Amino acid sequence: MTAILENTADVPPNPTTPENPEDVKGLSQGRIVLKRFFGHTGAVVSIVVLLSVLVLAISAIGLGPIPGWWKYSYLQTPPLVNGGKPTLQVFPFSLGEHPFGQDRVGRDLFAMTMRGTQISMFIMVLVGAIAALVGVLIGSSAGFFRGKTEAVLMRFTDMIIIIPALIAAAVVANSAKSVIALALFLGLVSWTGMARLVRGDFLTLREREFVDAARLAGASNSRIIFKHILPNAVGVITVNTTLLMSAAILTETALSYVGLGVKSPDVSLGSLISANQAAFATRPWLFWWPGIFIVVICLTINFIGDGLRDAFDPRQKKFALRRVKETRDRPDLYPGSKAPDHLTTGGSTTIAAGGLYESLDRPADMGEDNDDGEGRR
Amino acid sequence: MTTYILRRLLASLLILLGASFIVYMLIAYSGDPLAEIRSSNSPSKADQMARRTELLHLDVPPALRYFIWLSGAVKCVVPFAGQCDLGVTLQNQPVTAALANAIPTTLQLVTTAALLAILLGVTIGVITALRQYSTLDYSVTFITFLFFSLPVFWVAVLLKEFGAIGFNDFLRDPFIANSTILVISLIVGAVWTVIIAGTLKRRLLTFGVAFLVTVLVLYYLSVTRWFTTPQLGVVIVAVTGIAAAYGFTVLFAGLQNRRALYSALITVGIGLVMYFAIQPLLANANLWIIIGLGILAIGVGLLVGYLMGGYDRGQSMKAAALTSFAVAFLILLDRYMQAWPAYMSNPRIRNRPIATIGAETPGLEGDFWIQGLDKYTHLILPTIALILISLASYTRYSRASMLEVMGQDYVRTARAKGLSERVVVTRHAFRNAMIPLATIVAIDIGGLIGGAVITENVFSFKGMGQLFLTGLHNIDPNPVMGVFLVTGITAVTFNLLADLTYSALDPRVRVKA
Repeated sequence: MTAILENTADVPPNPTTPENPEDVKGLSQGRIVLKRFFGHTGAVVSIVVLLSVLVLAISAIGLGPIPGWWKYSYLQTPPLVNGGKPTLQVFPFSLGEHPFGQDRVGRDLFAMTMRGTQISMFIMVLVGAIAALVGVLIGSSAGFFRGKTEAVLMRFTDMIIIIPALIAAAVVANSAKSVIALALFLGLVSWTGMARLVRGDFLTLREREFVDAARLAGASNSRIIFKHILPNAVGVITVNTTLLMSAAILTETALSYVGLGVKSPDVSLGSLISANQAAFATRPWLFWWPGIFIVVICLTINFIGDGLRDAFDPRQKKFALRRVKETRDRPDLYPGSKAPDHLTTGGSTTIAAGGLYESLDRPADMGEDNDDGEGRR
Repeated sequence: MTTYILRRLLASLLILLGASFIVYMLIAYSGDPLAEIRSSNSPSKADQMARRTELLHLDVPPALRYFIWLSGAVKCVVPFAGQCDLGVTLQNQPVTAALANAIPTTLQLVTTAALLAILLGVTIGVITALRQYSTLDYSVTFITFLFFSLPVFWVAVLLKEFGAIGFNDFLRDPFIANSTILVISLIVGAVWTVIIAGTLKRRLLTFGVAFLVTVLVLYYLSVTRWFTTPQLGVVIVAVTGIAAAYGFTVLFAGLQNRRALYSALITVGIGLVMYFAIQPLLANANLWIIIGLGILAIGVGLLVGYLMGGYDRGQSMKAAALTSFAVAFLILLDRYMQAWPAYMSNPRIRNRPIATIGAETPGLEGDFWIQGLDKYTHLILPTIALILISLASYTRYSRASMLEVMGQDYVRTARAKGLSERVVVTRHAFRNAMIPLATIVAIDIGGLIGGAVITENVFSFKGMGQLFLTGLHNIDPNPVMGVFLVTGITAVTFNLLADLTYSALDPRVRVKA
């Protein structure tokens, strides 16, 4: 073992210094995160897919008074063509009369799915925004002010946590009947996880030196919260918001499925499936298309969230079991064998240098050791 | 510690009171419980309305009505306070009775699903963490994300269509086409190749062996019409038992610990003898006999391990007990399979065993085994649906937790002092990785009791979710409050348990007294 230790001492003092001066130049936190995020293939593909779904849904049937390029609306009942079978052809590509088919009374499923996608995504964004806002406000005040404020706010959070979303939806379903009210109520019961996470982050961040410095400089509480601590907690908030949104779309579809969500004549992806599940044997396409859209939207958001997490929090660094096994298979790494001369060159992976976990000669890992890792979970 | 628990209990009580008040008000203002009668043309309309008003105390404002409900509900929570009273449903059935019917159904549904999801999720998570950024890791990540994105009702409809109707059709003539055998075997081969990995030669070998074995097994099942008269027989019990013996020994003791291996193998031998010995006993079994035999099996395993002794008795006992339990489970499975033809030909089943709705076939008559099979055929689809959607979070959590632990210094130390990789992973890393998971599991179980609303609805299980949902639809506050009370109390209790578990498992965490 000692041999290895000595040998690593001979390694050039800083083997991690990259050759290219470009990489040495300081990057802002935002740039680093962005760079890492775009290195995550799954997340980038997901963003493209999600955006195209959104563009398709909005452009096809238009938004509000603006008309889209598709000839039918989700309310029209054109005559049934060919038993309502889907006419979509992939090769050669053609949409045909009713690309996703028609339902029992002849409504065009493509238009309905697009409308459902719009509604579901609208609810998703609104729920995400409301929940993030309320959660951040409550969590940051609880974490920053501590004491009585924290006790009251966190007990209040505990109280909201055990109220089921179904109850909130039932209130809307039986009285208000509007999509915005539904999203509002769902947002008002789903902020609890966010509040807990943000509080945890604030609890550690408020003890940091830069907060003391800001306070000494005479900054007000609100300035410290919004200008100093919140930017450092943005990772947790962004990642959790995406997760909230993917949960929101599933909740919305589930509520619509049991008849407590979006009401007819308006449609959401969940209510489309609910309305047509009995027809699975005769008209399976009525069931497939809305379902596929839900899965695609939810899946892409989850991948984006995963990419964001990796970008904001690179603590889950590569630990290579294989390298452990390889080193064991290489007797030259063990004491008593021939002197491992080649290990001193390049300073790559040696046990003593902690090389089991990450290769030290990769400039990509430079400066990424996040310094505010505690409490980010 | 006691002060901490007492304070937490007091806070929980206040939380429950507040939350129940909010929920009561939300239901009270969510609609008009008289709407149904109001719109009817019945001549006794006024009379009916007066009766329901009296039944639900509708003449009292909601905020005060809550206290009427509370005065009854308090008796359920505080011991010796008198008759528990949660009010009545619109059908004039006491809510306590409705809950007593619903809770076992729900528990039956969610416990199996939760246990299996945790077991599978943790296993998959740990394996993917050990093989980070491998093909296996990427595929599993994608699949878990996919499961995570599936709406449960959508999965349920698909399962009903292919798992129940499709499989029942298949059972009419259980012949597997050659092309199907080929495709399935190719997939199985590919999956094993990804799981085992290694050098190219090893991969090819894995693929070939897995492919051939699957082809042969499927061909055998198809030709012998195994699915109409399924059975394991003593040979398969023996082979699987020996595999289990090796598996558990590798996990808990390492193969070089011969005593552990031999004690596990001895229990397999005892199990095979028992297989023949207890068949007459099993013919008129009941639940208690089965539970007793299960405990006996574990006891025999522990005893064998203890008698084998050696420098580390604990390892031998663990490996032998788990092997013994596995063999006992196989024998039980075999006995259920023996009852399968009788179940299939039952006039109530008419050869379509996998059910799509309900928790049991109404009016089915039969012995313990027939009733058991009936229960499982009803449970299998909702359980699969629940496992699929909850698998993802456990996999992700355990993977992340395991990755974090594997990067810790004490794992490096363990390696540096020359421990085998098995010991490093199972003793040093795994145990520590499970600490944060214990909290998540506790909280999840608390939320699970009321969390299967949609699944119960799709599969028409008359559980708590259904009670809750019908209550919401009919604007019937009492059953909704009853369900809320049960779920709220479990959630709060398990939250407390989660915190206590954490401080018990991780000595760095201290509860504030």
